[in-house]
Amino acid sequence: MDLFKSGIFHGGVHPAGNKRWTEQKPVETLPVPSQVIIPVQQHIGAPSKPLVEKGAVVRIGDPISEAGGFVSVPAHASISGTVSAVEERPHPLGLPILSVVIDGDGQETWNPEIGFQADYLSLDRAEMLKRIQDAGLAGMGGATFPTHVKLSPPAGKKIDAVILNGAECEPYLTADHRLMLEKPEEILLGLQVMVKILGAERAAIGIERNKPDAIKRLKKVVAEMNLPFQVIALHVKYPQGAEKQLIRAMTGRAVPTGGLPMDVGCVVQNVGTAAAVYDAVAFRRPVIDRVVTVTGKGIKEPKNVLARIGTPYAFVIEQCGGLAEAAGKLIMGGPMMGLAQSSLDIPVIKGTSGILVLDARESRKHEEQVCISCAHCVDACPMGLMPKMIAAFIKKGRMADAQAYHALDCIECGSCAYVCPAHINLVHWIRYGKSELIRARKKAS
Amino acid sequence: MDPLMLSSIIALGFLGLVFGSGLAFAAKKFAVVIDPKVEQIIGALSGANCGACGQPGCAAYAEAVATGQAPPNKCTPGGKDTVDKIAVIMGLSGVASEEPRLAVVHCQGGRQEAKERFQYQGVMDCRAALLVSNGSKACRYGCLGYGSCALACPFDAITMNDNGLPVIDEEKCTGCNVCVVTCPRSILSLIPRSQKVYLACRSLDRAKAVKEICSVGCWACKICVSPKVSPSGAIIMEGNLPEIKDVYAMELYNAVDKCPAKCYVIRGERPVLEAAVDENAAVAQNQ
Repeated sequence: MDLFKSGIFHGGVHPAGNKRWTEQKPVETLPVPSQVIIPVQQHIGAPSKPLVEKGAVVRIGDPISEAGGFVSVPAHASISGTVSAVEERPHPLGLPILSVVIDGDGQETWNPEIGFQADYLSLDRAEMLKRIQDAGLAGMGGATFPTHVKLSPPAGKKIDAVILNGAECEPYLTADHRLMLEKPEEILLGLQVMVKILGAERAAIGIERNKPDAIKRLKKVVAEMNLPFQVIALHVKYPQGAEKQLIRAMTGRAVPTGGLPMDVGCVVQNVGTAAAVYDAVAFRRPVIDRVVTVTGKGIKEPKNVLARIGTPYAFVIEQCGGLAEAAGKLIMGGPMMGLAQSSLDIPVIKGTSGILVLDARESRKHEEQVCISCAHCVDACPMGLMPKMIAAFIKKGRMADAQAYHALDCIECGSCAYVCPAHINLVHWIRYGKSELIRARKKAS
Repeated sequence: MDPLMLSSIIALGFLGLVFGSGLAFAAKKFAVVIDPKVEQIIGALSGANCGACGQPGCAAYAEAVATGQAPPNKCTPGGKDTVDKIAVIMGLSGVASEEPRLAVVHCQGGRQEAKERFQYQGVMDCRAALLVSNGSKACRYGCLGYGSCALACPFDAITMNDNGLPVIDEEKCTGCNVCVVTCPRSILSLIPRSQKVYLACRSLDRAKAVKEICSVGCWACKICVSPKVSPSGAIIMEGNLPEIKDVYAMELYNAVDKCPAKCYVIRGERPVLEAAVDENAAVAQNQ
């Protein structure tokens, strides 16, 4: 019997998709910017250590930093030119972070080691993982967890199912959608590599039903390439693309509290990551660019672009017609889980799936009112939590009670805050509580 | 008499007797022995449950004092009165009460003086605001101004002014330390009540960066530590920020005058210097 199905997970919401502005627009390759800013930390884990100094000459694909541990990946030059500074620069995650600034020479010289190797599938597992880490791969869906770590489950954890995440449940974003339409072969070959590394028996690609063309295209290519993968059409519901929810919907397995997908024998990877895995293993090509959806009412010409890592937002937005007059709020990622930004100087990083500019009306502030105990948030929570109780405990500083209500299981998807009629910033309160709980735990250990 | 009434009185009277004797028995049998000192000490404490003594609340502190596990002079809100009372209860003598202290705000960069990087829309709590791009204030050391300290103060001694800075009511402040541990940026600290001058800036940034974002930030010009201003070394440089070593030195008033950014703050009235008094007296005599 087939393992995979188009199941359903508890809770979730149905925000307006707003994908129509960009879903039919092919990915446009951006001109090469004259300067890129490449932060040493674009992933979750230890920051990488810079390898270059001011004045160094670099080619495209040259490593400019080395991994600072196992849970860490290096960064690479995305244009050829000269390093003009290694200093702290604004970063999309908030704090300024050490970054390598490269002034382009316009030559587009590539590192000569990068090139196709036909027998890449005969490489052994360790070599494949090494190539993936060396290529600087971190989850391209936006979470930026180092890919090689996810692909190296500890001994004793048997992975039997690899799930490729093409749900793209965030409103507005169409980067994965376009990638599935335009590069299905790369995605599937990347999946093949990952299945080989993990020794998994089964693999499937999950795509929400609001992308019928992508489902059709991938099914066709899977048949043409004669690969043993399934393409599953999923219900359209946010957060369908969240790891635990995707596993629940596609396999019926529930990841235990505090656990990881590997505890139920699953590994979930984004489709963009799969394409990059193929590039890394077959070509030794590091992550030097990615597809970014530039959209929203605040952008004059919304489109999907292929941007070099390190391209400043200002340059990307300029190439998309610039900011509309009504522009009100800049967000990295989608409207549900993206991070609001305060500067256009920040660069595109490996996790930048979208640059969303909302207009002034959409970004107005709602006053927080009192909870009326309607329990909409409880119904919406895909993790089955009680957001209002957790937030109320945290507001009162009762962190132990919040933990007893499983505050640490919150995936911060924003469904509760989205449905709250009192506009309570539930996710913000819970994030604050989680940060305090994690800090207390670190202190204790 | 109506037989119904009679039977009711008998029945209820009997029940009353049974329950009453039951309670009397339980009171004797299950009596919890409480050190009378604990109750007396609880009476002497301020009852604010602020935690300044390091115990979870007043009752816990009273017990700790009665059993000798905690010193009797830890109740800052109670002050000297409480210490004296506890000393009498415990039969101690010569217990010195610590000098009463007071919370002060080490930042003057309100909305008018300090720049903001963005409009913050999240929850009104400084610790939560810090999660959003490390706070909206351009200065990474400055007061965020969302009033977590004011909310946390058990004595209502802190209010937020229109400029987005906390103002401490010195009458109400007991020096309990709750605001100090609440503030995620360590803007508040406790100083002895007799200290009249303190430095109201926490910025360790370089001069250029400070000048760009705040009109009242310390830019480490080192005028206040120069021998002219501080000949005895009452103020020294610690990193990029001056530190007051001798909190009672008169030199601190020089620093107040000479600081180009006006980072030093005088609490209350400025004392008239003795020399100046003499001069005035001389002038008065001549007339």
